[in-house]
Amino acid sequence: MTVTVRVNGEETPLDDGATVADLVAALGLEPRGIAVAVAGEVVTRRTWGERGLVAGEVVEVLQVAQGG
Amino acid sequence: MDDPLVIAGEEFGSRLILGTGGAPHLDELERALVASGTELTTVALRRVDPRAPGSLFDLLARTGIRPLPNTAGCYTARDAVRTAQLGREALETHWVKLEVVADERTLLPDPVELLDAAEQLVDDGFVVLAYTNDDPVLARRLEDAGVAAVMPLGAPIGSGMGIRNPYNLAIIREAAGVPVVLDAGIGTASDAALAMELGCDAVLLATAVTRARNPVQMATAMRHAVEAGRLARLAGRIPRRLYAEASTSNEGLAEL
Repeated sequence: MTVTVRVNGEETPLDDGATVADLVAALGLEPRGIAVAVAGEVVTRRTWGERGLVAGEVVEVLQVAQGG
Repeated sequence: MDDPLVIAGEEFGSRLILGTGGAPHLDELERALVASGTELTTVALRRVDPRAPGSLFDLLARTGIRPLPNTAGCYTARDAVRTAQLGREALETHWVKLEVVADERTLLPDPVELLDAAEQLVDDGFVVLAYTNDDPVLARRLEDAGVAAVMPLGAPIGSGMGIRNPYNLAIIREAAGVPVVLDAGIGTASDAALAMELGCDAVLLATAVTRARNPVQMATAMRHAVEAGRLARLAGRIPRRLYAEASTSNEGLAEL
C-alpha cells in the first residue's frame, strides 16, 4: 500500500504509515540543516518519527539557502 | 580595540553583519565572508534542491560564522512566524532576522504585520532582530514589543542608494535602548562608514558585497569602513561651520 503526499509541490508516493523521518530518509537528505512543515505547521525534529503522513497532506521540506 | 557589539547579551567582535544573499558562487561567498571579518551572517529557508551545487550549511560549519535565519519573502505575520519557527528547527537557533515586507516593488517593511510578528515571536522566546522602516515611532514600538535590535533601512533592499534619511536614523539612535543596525540600502564603503558615524551599532549588508565586481575586495572595504565609521563616532567629529577656522595660529606671524 502506498499513499501520495504533496512534497514541495510534487506528488510523492510513500509507504502507508510513513512518517516525516521516513520521508526525509527517502529524499536522501541528511537531517541536519533541514526543517519540515506539514499542513502549514512546523514539525519539530524530535517528533519526525512520530508524525505519520496521510494521503493528500501538503509537506514542505526546507533547507538553508542564501539570503540577505 | 575591545569594543564588541552586544546583542541580547552575546558579544560579537565585528560590527559588520554580512548576508549570504546574491552571491553567484559559494566559494567566492566564503572568501568574501572571511575577508569581511563578520561573525554573524543571514541565511534564508527554501525548499530543498537536490541539484544545488555545494552546501551553504557546510560552509557555515567550516567557517564557524554564526547563522542568522531570516524571514525574507514573507508578507504576513503568520508566514513570518512560521518561517522563523522553521529557521529555528533547521539551524537550532532562536535568533531571527524578522522581515515582513509589503510589496515586491519596494520590499519596504509592512509596519502592521511586522509589529504583530515581532510580538508573537518575542512571546515564543525568539531573539528578534527586526528589519524596519527608518521610522522612529515604529522603532520605538518594536523595542516596546521586546525586540533585541532594531534594523532600520537606509534605502530599499538591493537599491544601493545609501542612507536616504540620516536625520531619522539619528533620532532612532538617540531614542533606542537596543542596538540599532543599519540594514539595507548600502551601496559602497562610504555608506557603511556614514551609518556608523551616525551612531548605528552595526551594519547589515549583502548585495553591496555579493554583487560587487570583486566581492572579496568589497568585503574588505566594508570591514574597514565599519571600523573607521565606528572609531570616528567614538572620537567625536568637529562641528560643521559655514566659515573657515584657521588651524594655524597667527601668533608670531612674521612682519614682511
